[in-house]
Amino acid sequence: MGTMLTQALMGVLDPISLVLVVLGVSAGILVGALPGLTATMAIALLVPFTFGMAPIHGLVLLGAIYSGAIYGGSFSAILINTPGTPSAIATTFDGFPMAQKGEAYRAIVTATLASVFGGVVGVVFLIFLSPPLARASLSFGPPEYFWLAAFGLTIIAAVSPRSTLKGLVGGGIGLLISTIGIAPIEGSVRYTFGTVALQNGIALIPALIGFFCIPEVLRMVEESHESGTVIPYKRQRKMVTRVFHRLLRHPWLMIRSSVLGTFIGIIPGAGGNIAGLVSYNEAIRTSKKKSSFGKGSMEGVAASETANNASVSGALIPMLTLGVPGAPPAAVLFGALLLQGMRPGAELFTSHGTITYAFLFSLILANLAMLPLGILLGRAVARLMQQVRVQTMAPLIIFLSMVGSYSIYNNIADIYTMVGVGLAAHALRKAGFMPGPIVLGLILGPIAEQGLTQSLLLGRARGSLTSVFFGRPISLILIVLTVVSILAPMIVQYRERHGKGGTLKAVKQLKQEHPESSL
Amino acid sequence: MTTTHTQRIRVLALTLATIALIAAHVPAAGQAEDSFPSRSISYVIPFNPGGQSDVTAQYQKQYLEEALGVNVVIRHQPGAGGALAWSNLVKARPDGYTVTGNNIPHIIIQPMVRDNAGFTTEELKPVYLFQSTPIGLAVAPDSPFDTLQELLDHAEENPGEITVSGSGTHSGHHLALLQMQYLTDTEFTYIPATGAAPSVAAFLGGHTDALLANSTDLLSHSGDMKVLAIGTEQRFRALPDVPTFIEQDLAMTAGIDRGVAVPPETPDEIVAALEEAFAQVSANEQFVTEMEELGFVIHSIGAAEFATYLERRTEEIDTVLRELGEI
Repeated sequence: MGTMLTQALMGVLDPISLVLVVLGVSAGILVGALPGLTATMAIALLVPFTFGMAPIHGLVLLGAIYSGAIYGGSFSAILINTPGTPSAIATTFDGFPMAQKGEAYRAIVTATLASVFGGVVGVVFLIFLSPPLARASLSFGPPEYFWLAAFGLTIIAAVSPRSTLKGLVGGGIGLLISTIGIAPIEGSVRYTFGTVALQNGIALIPALIGFFCIPEVLRMVEESHESGTVIPYKRQRKMVTRVFHRLLRHPWLMIRSSVLGTFIGIIPGAGGNIAGLVSYNEAIRTSKKKSSFGKGSMEGVAASETANNASVSGALIPMLTLGVPGAPPAAVLFGALLLQGMRPGAELFTSHGTITYAFLFSLILANLAMLPLGILLGRAVARLMQQVRVQTMAPLIIFLSMVGSYSIYNNIADIYTMVGVGLAAHALRKAGFMPGPIVLGLILGPIAEQGLTQSLLLGRARGSLTSVFFGRPISLILIVLTVVSILAPMIVQYRERHGKGGTLKAVKQLKQEHPESSL
Repeated sequence: MTTTHTQRIRVLALTLATIALIAAHVPAAGQAEDSFPSRSISYVIPFNPGGQSDVTAQYQKQYLEEALGVNVVIRHQPGAGGALAWSNLVKARPDGYTVTGNNIPHIIIQPMVRDNAGFTTEELKPVYLFQSTPIGLAVAPDSPFDTLQELLDHAEENPGEITVSGSGTHSGHHLALLQMQYLTDTEFTYIPATGAAPSVAAFLGGHTDALLANSTDLLSHSGDMKVLAIGTEQRFRALPDVPTFIEQDLAMTAGIDRGVAVPPETPDEIVAALEEAFAQVSANEQFVTEMEELGFVIHSIGAAEFATYLERRTEEIDTVLRELGEI
């Protein structure tokens, strides 16, 4: 264990890793800041190119981009009132009013310090929660995995923006897609229509690229809105220390937001966007100066940005330990892990421990690097936000999607998969079915199917199906959670109708006003 | 005026340099016809990185490059239990520049149990068989069974009660269990997983009673299990205390053999050149030591012998699967 951690530390501190952290965070900030480019998209586009790298370098780069992009979203939120990446929605509420008041730089510094704090707290949770959870994953047998997948599917529906029903249907579509190819357990060949190419099912990485990049690009082209005027700002001396001291006066706000962010990140389907919104709402609820929110309150920006960066690590916890990604970008990282031959679970922290811990340590560096990089690159990023045109971005993303899909296995069929999935995803999105739930269905499908088939076999051997499915403690907890997540949206609806509403209602309302949060 | 002039000179120089480069490469391309190999060879692994086929290829790479004098590029083409890569191999150009991992029993069972696997066993032209991992049967350290006989006795009295996890349906592990059931007329419940690693995890978590696993996994988890039998002909050097199935009156071996194959129409002299290179690797002491430490058994089986072996195994497997109603 000791040697593993030392080796991991050396892996992070080697020059290549350090350079990749700086490059990744810088690229992430840029991607996050440009409206239309999301963290998920950036990671999906990059995964194929990290395949050729050493696993540790690939993961360090992807982790740095993920963190950087979630933070970068705050720039466009503050300077043009558009969340650059969905998780920055709540940042627009107070960030933009601050900028309008001439406090753009103050807002950016607040967002930066909050992101660093939230990010680091999140990674600390990740480092301390994951290894015991991964060990506990050994006691997850087939029935537990089945119920875990069932819970994952119902919770994505519950947290689905706009419509619970459409979230459920989306998850179902993902499940159906996952059945194409050779059945994971009993080996029969399904839905291939006689083509050998489909025997392997829909290839995961090209499908992820298709789901997360193509609909975004097409929407970008269709809407082709000119990005609003970027509010210019100048750096001011001592602003970092001043904001730092101001934030120190709100320790509870910072701690609560990072804890909320981490735990909302853990919930499958709920990522930085919901983390930011819930945390923002809690900040208002507990504040003594409720009326200052929405008019340029520093606390509002801090609440949102602390939580969304904490959610990055939160989303990785279930992904690394159980193979259930907590948010869409983590779903893409899951694909990257599989590509490197690393399976989520206990082994990730034992036989692959050096790589895994190095990756976790690198996330701390990535979050710390956001402070100098955000301050130094901020104005250049703001200029680019004004200059980059859809005409340049759209073809570039399509090109990278094609090259990326092909380059994993030099397989031309993967390009067809990516394009087919992408077009279907675009059509589905127009009909209100978001890519997030579908992708989670796609990933949870094999887990659910495997768990169900294996449990049935175990039940037959033991002579009792009920004891296998309902007679085990972890299963029971998961069943209760599943039932709660099915009932919760109904309860919220009921309370709304009767004029009561808490955080959930506020989130729902906010999201109806900002449908772009739904990625 | 002067700028356009220098630009023109630059363009001219670039053009000339390009032509020179192309010209320099033409004779090299011509040579390809005369001697094999003259350019880099793709070594396709039909599975994910990190698996036994990949580990072997990574160890072989350097020695193969020395033997062949060209680059060897390892590419992964996982999918459909290997069938994706094999269906691509039968369509590949038969020039020896595409060499694909050839795993037994996969290449024998898949065409038998699938309507259209995309390839047939005979289409994959065998080149060399270089290693295998024997399959062993293990139970938990606190299991009431101490010998294979005790386990079989219990299974005979309680058909289907004992659960055994293995790497997947119609895999080498599944075949080993089917063979065991066929020879002893017992019944176990097979719990297939999606790969060797998850099946070991299911067993270690206490979700199944027994485990069929590759020697490499048995070695790395030897503290967490009692191995009751191993599928080698003689005692397995890395686990000398474990009796073979044969010693315990079960006339069976079980294991996964790994080699390489080329497309069906590949000329014999090219096959011979590749065979020679792989033979040199398998004769390399350092390679053998490194592989044996990981739990692999190294073989030196050339193309002709490999083909005979495939015929024999095909017959054996066909009998077992037919008798047990799997096909």
